[in-house]
Amino acid sequence: MTLWMIGNMAAHSVPSTLKRLLFAVKYSPLQSRCCAVQREAQYSTISIPSEKTFDKILIANRGEIACRVIKTCKKMGIQTVAVHSDVDSSAVHVKMADEAVCVGSAPTSKSYLNMDAIMDAIRVTGAQAVHPGYGFLSENKEFAKRLAAEGVAFIGPDTHAIQAMGDKIESKLIAKAAKVNTIPGFDGVVKTAEEAVKIAQEIGYPVMIKASAGGGGKGMRIAWNDEETREGFRFSSQEAASSFGDDRLLIEKYIDNPRHIEIQVLADKHGNALWLNERECSIQRRNQKVVEEAPSTFLDPVTRRAMGEQAVQLAKAVQYSSAGTVEFLVDSKKNFYFLEMNTRLQVEHPITECITGLDLVEQMIRVAKGYQLQHTQDDIPINGWAIECRVYAEDPYKSFGLPSIGRLSQYQEPLDLDKVRVDSGIQEGSDISIYYDPMISKLITYGATRAEALGRMEDALDNYVIRGVTHNIPLLREIITHPRFVSGHISTNFLPEVYPDGFKGHQLEADAKRELLASAAVLYIAAELRSAKVLGTQRVASTPVECSHWELCVELGEERQDVEISKSGTVYTVEMDGAKVEVWGALNLASPLLPLTINGTQRMLQCLSRDAAGVIVLQYLGTLFKVRVLSKLAAELNSYMPEKVSEDTSSILRSPMPGTVVAVSVKPGDTVAEGQEICVIEAMKMQNSLTAVKQAKVKSVHCKPGETVGEGDLLVELE
Amino acid sequence: MAAISVARSSCGLINGLKVSLRSVTRVKYGAVSATVPQTSLHRSCRWYSVSHLSVKERIDQKRQAALQGGGQQRIEAQHKRGKLTARERVQLLLDPESFVETDMFVEHRCADFGMEQDRNKFPGDSVVTGRGRINGRLVYVFSQDFTVFGGSLSGAHAQKICKIMDQAMTVGAPVIGLNDSGGARIQEGVESLAGYADIFLRNVMASGVIPQISLIMGPCAGGAVYSPALTDFTFMVKDTSYLFITGPDVVKSVTNEDVTQEELGGAKTHTTVSGVAHRAFENDIEALLNLREFFNFLPLSNQDPAVTFALIELITNPLLFCLISHSFFSDRLVPSLDNIVPLESTKAYDMLDIIHAIVDERDFFEIMPNYAKNIVVGFARMNGRTVGIVGNQPKVASGCLDINSSVKGARFVRFCDAFNIPIITFVDVPGFLPGTAQEYGGIIRHGAKLLFAFAEATVPKITIITRKAYGGAYDVMSSKHLRGDVNYAWPTAEVAVMGAKGAVQIIFRGKENQAEAEAEYVEKFANPFPAAVRGFVDDIIEPATTRKKICQDLEVLASKKQVNPWKKHANIPL
Repeated sequence: MTLWMIGNMAAHSVPSTLKRLLFAVKYSPLQSRCCAVQREAQYSTISIPSEKTFDKILIANRGEIACRVIKTCKKMGIQTVAVHSDVDSSAVHVKMADEAVCVGSAPTSKSYLNMDAIMDAIRVTGAQAVHPGYGFLSENKEFAKRLAAEGVAFIGPDTHAIQAMGDKIESKLIAKAAKVNTIPGFDGVVKTAEEAVKIAQEIGYPVMIKASAGGGGKGMRIAWNDEETREGFRFSSQEAASSFGDDRLLIEKYIDNPRHIEIQVLADKHGNALWLNERECSIQRRNQKVVEEAPSTFLDPVTRRAMGEQAVQLAKAVQYSSAGTVEFLVDSKKNFYFLEMNTRLQVEHPITECITGLDLVEQMIRVAKGYQLQHTQDDIPINGWAIECRVYAEDPYKSFGLPSIGRLSQYQEPLDLDKVRVDSGIQEGSDISIYYDPMISKLITYGATRAEALGRMEDALDNYVIRGVTHNIPLLREIITHPRFVSGHISTNFLPEVYPDGFKGHQLEADAKRELLASAAVLYIAAELRSAKVLGTQRVASTPVECSHWELCVELGEERQDVEISKSGTVYTVEMDGAKVEVWGALNLASPLLPLTINGTQRMLQCLSRDAAGVIVLQYLGTLFKVRVLSKLAAELNSYMPEKVSEDTSSILRSPMPGTVVAVSVKPGDTVAEGQEICVIEAMKMQNSLTAVKQAKVKSVHCKPGETVGEGDLLVELE
Repeated sequence: MAAISVARSSCGLINGLKVSLRSVTRVKYGAVSATVPQTSLHRSCRWYSVSHLSVKERIDQKRQAALQGGGQQRIEAQHKRGKLTARERVQLLLDPESFVETDMFVEHRCADFGMEQDRNKFPGDSVVTGRGRINGRLVYVFSQDFTVFGGSLSGAHAQKICKIMDQAMTVGAPVIGLNDSGGARIQEGVESLAGYADIFLRNVMASGVIPQISLIMGPCAGGAVYSPALTDFTFMVKDTSYLFITGPDVVKSVTNEDVTQEELGGAKTHTTVSGVAHRAFENDIEALLNLREFFNFLPLSNQDPAVTFALIELITNPLLFCLISHSFFSDRLVPSLDNIVPLESTKAYDMLDIIHAIVDERDFFEIMPNYAKNIVVGFARMNGRTVGIVGNQPKVASGCLDINSSVKGARFVRFCDAFNIPIITFVDVPGFLPGTAQEYGGIIRHGAKLLFAFAEATVPKITIITRKAYGGAYDVMSSKHLRGDVNYAWPTAEVAVMGAKGAVQIIFRGKENQAEAEAEYVEKFANPFPAAVRGFVDDIIEPATTRKKICQDLEVLASKKQVNPWKKHANIPL
């Protein structure tokens, strides 16, 4: 009976209506979902209840990793102590922990790096162990020493391992001694071109010739054969002499199109060590990882085993205990070379957990207590595929990501989707401040195959609601759907190679553009129809708007498109350019999510804003599009409206991001040349030099060193 | 008056244009009635005497002429200025095909200065009037036509406006005026002035009975400015609209000030400095579309309850309804509010964040967003029902009350009270702004306006103290003592006579351990308990539940009946 009714109402065949209804059911609970924190993590392994570890652990970190550690502690029945800075006093990790201690003011040097305050917190709370997370004090041997002196367990490797691996030269020597592949090169100084050729032949092409005193790319040449080596030697030595006054040269193997692949190792204090497979972390911007996956598409079992065994050799060589990561560069011929070892839990550890089923934090805690490893190498599986996207509060349109700050006015993690894990330390209402890393969360999806995991990632990114800060979901979604990424043909140069002119957002093809315009038009009509539905009895009767056909004009950028919409039941048919787009969906104007079925395909759009003047901002395929929908009449009349002249931006310098002014190099009256540095803004560990776009005289300076500025704040005016 | 000279100069232009149009017409009709002598007098005689077909023709002709306003050339000139014509504006403002025009045939009655000539007569004169619908709801509209004598106001023009205002009053429906007028029709002299006064009187009589909205879309100078000033809301279009009593030329000759039209009475001036206009929009189209949106918040008259809209378009479909998310439901929790108020009471936060999070669809139509920003006022919906929102803005001047914010708040509260719109007040106020500028400016009598407005209001009043409610400002901000229906405090609320530091300096003057005393004071008073134990707040609520509570209360208070003692009218301290 009910089914018949729907079928009738929607004037559509029962099966198709059912399908749509099911779609609505699938998405309906999305909006009512609750905070991420309570959700059971999907990597949990059953801990052995009889194994007593610690009563109380202090987590010397903040944000998502602190929350991550607390989750495992809760599972293991361990009391937790959070430390926090004053601005973090209502942060999620503080709320999650059993106890919390404020260790200082907002700057990290005064709080999360403040060893004295953290040692005090340990004494006051009686914590028996400390988990340092990553960053901050996680690889600080001084901190580890101070803990040892007080008899508090450090959940991580021993001091000497931290020290040995912390030094780049020493770690390379140790690695070499442990028979780990290091980048082949000639350690001595090369005297003549012929000697250079000889050495290059020994190393194997391609090689890199670089100045011993070099840096910044100067005096550096890549040679692929003997001839280029001779030439390179000549140029490099000249350049080195003129640049550094030192013409000594080194030769090293050049790794072309390198991939960054790392091996997770886990070792105990009894000399046992395991490798937990690899993580592919090649997608990077400015040497920071953006998308990681496990396993790598590139490794075969033989290479994997070889890398794993070498990683374990290195771990054993430094008597490593706890979880650690050995990073390798892998060239196109699957030669791999040791880069460095990270003696801590990595940001991207969840993907290893997903494919191995191990809880790394739990293992770290066990090992720190002195237990032996529970597993043998044969127990370590690769189950399926896991992908991690680092969701950052940053603007991907500015050099693949400049930090952005703000308050998360709306925030919904896509946790209702199956096999999605979100590691985050924030919630709706949280502030992303300039003091800390701008990471919002780590979004992890997994599946039996890579394609499945990637498909889920697409869904998860589309369902992720983040408002109040600019975020990098547009870039993430482009990366994971890019044919080169999907085919696994990636390297650390992926981003600059794929987007040589910088990231520009999703480029719409004709079909997709039609879908977007149709969706915007339908949303506009839904809002119009709703505006005509006044409830209750009215003294002056309303004239019902009985319309089922509309003519609209939709603008996207410079482009204008006439569309005709007709509505039958709950299905909208949008006609434009002779093509028809059928849109069906639960058009809830209050929801940020807009689940639509467009021409039979389910799409999750997001509506960011909708104003009276017809401007609708939609997130479609990850990217934000500003669409303007006007009635045909309004669109015609709109041609009479004058273009408002926007501010001349060449003579004003605005802060591209929030941060602190480090230096101002000009004063009013100075003449600056094009490209001359005007001031330096530091934001989130990065110094950004802002330069003049034209030659001009400085009219006024609106900032001074030490000042905090917001995005778009006026810094300097030129004449 | 500068504006009037605008009118005059455009008159000349129009006359010239009219002549050329006439000659075209003549040729056309020449074919029909070749024998008729070529004078208009004779021609009309003939039409008068012959069959009713020619009357019909004349009707059509007049209607056509009315639709053309001042003629194609003037229309093009209007477009070149980035402005739409009076009729285009009406078309855009109202639902398609809903406009019912009145007085299309009215012509001015001036017989001086050659105005009696046929070429100086335009059917409908310089204003388009009538009624129509906005989203199906009735509204009366007048739209001044700048293409006819520069939109100048003649006796007939005023009469047309008065007619629809009278109708709007009898029916009980709002009046929207689209102003674009050079000023009085000089040729008519005192008749024009009388026309203004007739409109003013009706504005005053309609005030508080039906909502009146003015949208200034061109010049509006001299006496003409008082009609928008008397209406409930005045909106402007950026760069093309001006409001001033006297133009820059007169200002120069009287006070020797050099000032441009834009500086003197442009949208920016009136929305940021003078507070004359309530909002400004980029251009005609955006202004009209926003006006449609704004209209949705208003009841048709003071006899109607606050408007309630269906929450979603599909709500009529019961089966789909149950499938649609809960995020618009009245019992939705808003977890982001739990940590919005910073722990340090000196730190600012944005009251708009709270408002957006609480109201339906984050849709808040702010009134005067750029004037007296230390108070936020505007319309929103709770569970579909229109509410007026007043909130102190801690981000600007700590949210203190000063002259401008008091006046801004008071006027808004009175509008809501007049039109049965419940008022929700968010309080975070450290007090009234001290200083000579304020005292000399009369903060006492201006502050009293806000107090007066809240006290006399009989609509449902719900108050939420989010943080500070200090001193007299606490009383003013829709406190329990001023007949607040429901007064809530968040756990972060501090209701006290003043901040701890100041209080301690007075209570413990000369005492050594000031810091300790301060801590004691904070412990005692910097929390919601002193007010709660006395029943001055009804409950201390978790911020996340605020929306839910307000929606429930509004449901109950919908039937609130409260009557002030009979009076001719109150005497608000103006």
